[in-house]
Amino acid sequence: MADLITYREAVAEGIAREMRRDPSVVCLGEDIGEAGGVFKTTVGLLKEFGAERVWDTPISEQAIVGAAMGAAMTGMRPVAEIMFSDFLACCWDYLANEIPKVRYMTGGQVTVPLVVRTANGGGLGFGAQHSQATENWALTVPGLKIAAPATPADVIGMMAAAIRSDDPVVFFEHKGLLAGKGAPPPPEHVVELGRAAVVREGADVTLVALASMVPVALKAASLLSQEGIDVEVVDLRSLIPLDTATVLASLAKTSRLVTVEENPYQGGWGATLVSVVADEGFGLLDAPVRRVAGECVPLPFADALEEQVIPTVEKLVAALRSLAAY
Amino acid sequence: MTTADELLALYEQMILIRRTEKAAHDLFMSGLVKGTTHLAAGHEAIAVGASAALDPDDYVFATYRGHHHAMARGATPEECLAELMSRATGLCRAKGGSMHLTKAATHMLGSYAIVGAHLPMAVGAAWSARLRGTGQLAVAFFGDGATNIGAFHEALNLAAVWKLPVLFVCENNLYMEYTPIADVTAVARPAADRAPAYGIPGEVVDGNDVVAVREAVAALARRARAGEGPALLEAETYRHFGHSRADPATYRPAEEVERWLKHDPLDLARGRLLELGMPEERVTAADERARHVVEQAVEAAKNAPPPDPREALTDVWADGGAAWRT
Repeated sequence: MADLITYREAVAEGIAREMRRDPSVVCLGEDIGEAGGVFKTTVGLLKEFGAERVWDTPISEQAIVGAAMGAAMTGMRPVAEIMFSDFLACCWDYLANEIPKVRYMTGGQVTVPLVVRTANGGGLGFGAQHSQATENWALTVPGLKIAAPATPADVIGMMAAAIRSDDPVVFFEHKGLLAGKGAPPPPEHVVELGRAAVVREGADVTLVALASMVPVALKAASLLSQEGIDVEVVDLRSLIPLDTATVLASLAKTSRLVTVEENPYQGGWGATLVSVVADEGFGLLDAPVRRVAGECVPLPFADALEEQVIPTVEKLVAALRSLAAY
Repeated sequence: MTTADELLALYEQMILIRRTEKAAHDLFMSGLVKGTTHLAAGHEAIAVGASAALDPDDYVFATYRGHHHAMARGATPEECLAELMSRATGLCRAKGGSMHLTKAATHMLGSYAIVGAHLPMAVGAAWSARLRGTGQLAVAFFGDGATNIGAFHEALNLAAVWKLPVLFVCENNLYMEYTPIADVTAVARPAADRAPAYGIPGEVVDGNDVVAVREAVAALARRARAGEGPALLEAETYRHFGHSRADPATYRPAEEVERWLKHDPLDLARGRLLELGMPEERVTAADERARHVVEQAVEAAKNAPPPDPREALTDVWADGGAAWRT
């Protein structure tokens, strides 16, 4: 194996590792076979596993996710790709009404072990309908697990956990991270869903980030260390289960909390996290909490406009600096 | 060829459903069933005839008007009525209600209340059966109204492209809720006329004739099991009650109601039984057995306990729990 692999390669590698160990894992989606995926995240799967396990579909998001659900209910572990996370809206019935509810409303009779993978997020100039960070859509629905890895090793480890999970998982692959590189993890690397990672230790402020905002958070922390502000960065990695324990433990040390979210401020995951902290960690805080999140507008096309909407290192540094001085 | 004894067994299943539906109606009117019901009285021959043509391990997916399908696949009147009456002994442990009757143990994989959503699931179950090489069939039953929703079309196309062993059975009762289906559909046969667009057979059958339904489904099932792909069957029928709850269905012309009530699936079967030389007392005895079973079921359901309140926080996840955070 190469010294470093890209996040993009890690997606295919993560799926391939599970397909090798479990014959019930099958993939379906638009352009995932011969084409290797629009984002080249399924390259090599058709060649290695053949057409009985890697299925190209029509542009039919409801059929893709609905068929994945039917297959998951009857003994398979399907991995369905929705090309852009914006398109989840085309099959939202399955993610809002069917998949997360069928186990509950049948009194536990049915299990739905499936993964819906999707390319998520902005910063690439794709405009309003191909750029959204939509993890928070899924966060509104009890019954879905939500994974959003930031590194190639986490992509592989969390893909293993997601595919092995007997619960449905929505797996967000960030488009802005696809070219990023990291060390490949060892065989049998599994990152349990619901385990946040403290990716930089610090004593002054806890900064909680997800997916593409993790490198932004690390850069901001690095800049502030030159000013003597010591930022602890927590990569949540999953939104459900939400690792509030790791965040509260960090706050016990720092007493200050900032979240950095790519999604719009309205309805963002940070609001849920902050409400838990307000309820259970109020006594730990020495300052107000601060959420740095996307502006509440559709994503614009031009770079000069998009960087006004998605949190930048500069905006984050300013927020952290003011909170550290509080 | 259906023998007199076979037909008597089908008749008894149908009258059991009819009496259960009548009991459900009376229990709703007396306030013992809350929420809503969508009764299938009048539709019995479709569920019973189709079920008689299927193997025990074939998959069935139904709609919110689905009591007859649950019962045709082995759910008892007591399990169904207890569910409707919010009892702990209900089919879904009182977590589903009338619209979500499910008996996964006999592969009746659910009743779904978002119109058309289960058609792609049936496609997925058929895909799974093919991948596992089991020879199983999947059947989706749906109303005429579902033929105008996107999931219907996505499901038919995908099933045809992948040549899957799935049958689509439309219960055309002439009304999508309160509106004549003909007023809102571009073709005369809402289901069958759409089949040619997907290159699959689209047949029409008298949905009140249990023998005709059984034979039509058997022929299409043989074809599908032989690898010749999906098919669609439009079964013409009529509701004996309104759309839901206490709807008196006054939007239906009296002459039309009268004509259809004279074409009752139970009367048709009874007439044919007598023609085949079945002694009338055996038919009456079957009727009496059904009456007794349903009376006992109503009493048992009335006397069953309500669910343990702690049940509300179970069955979200495969581990049986509902924890969303650490």
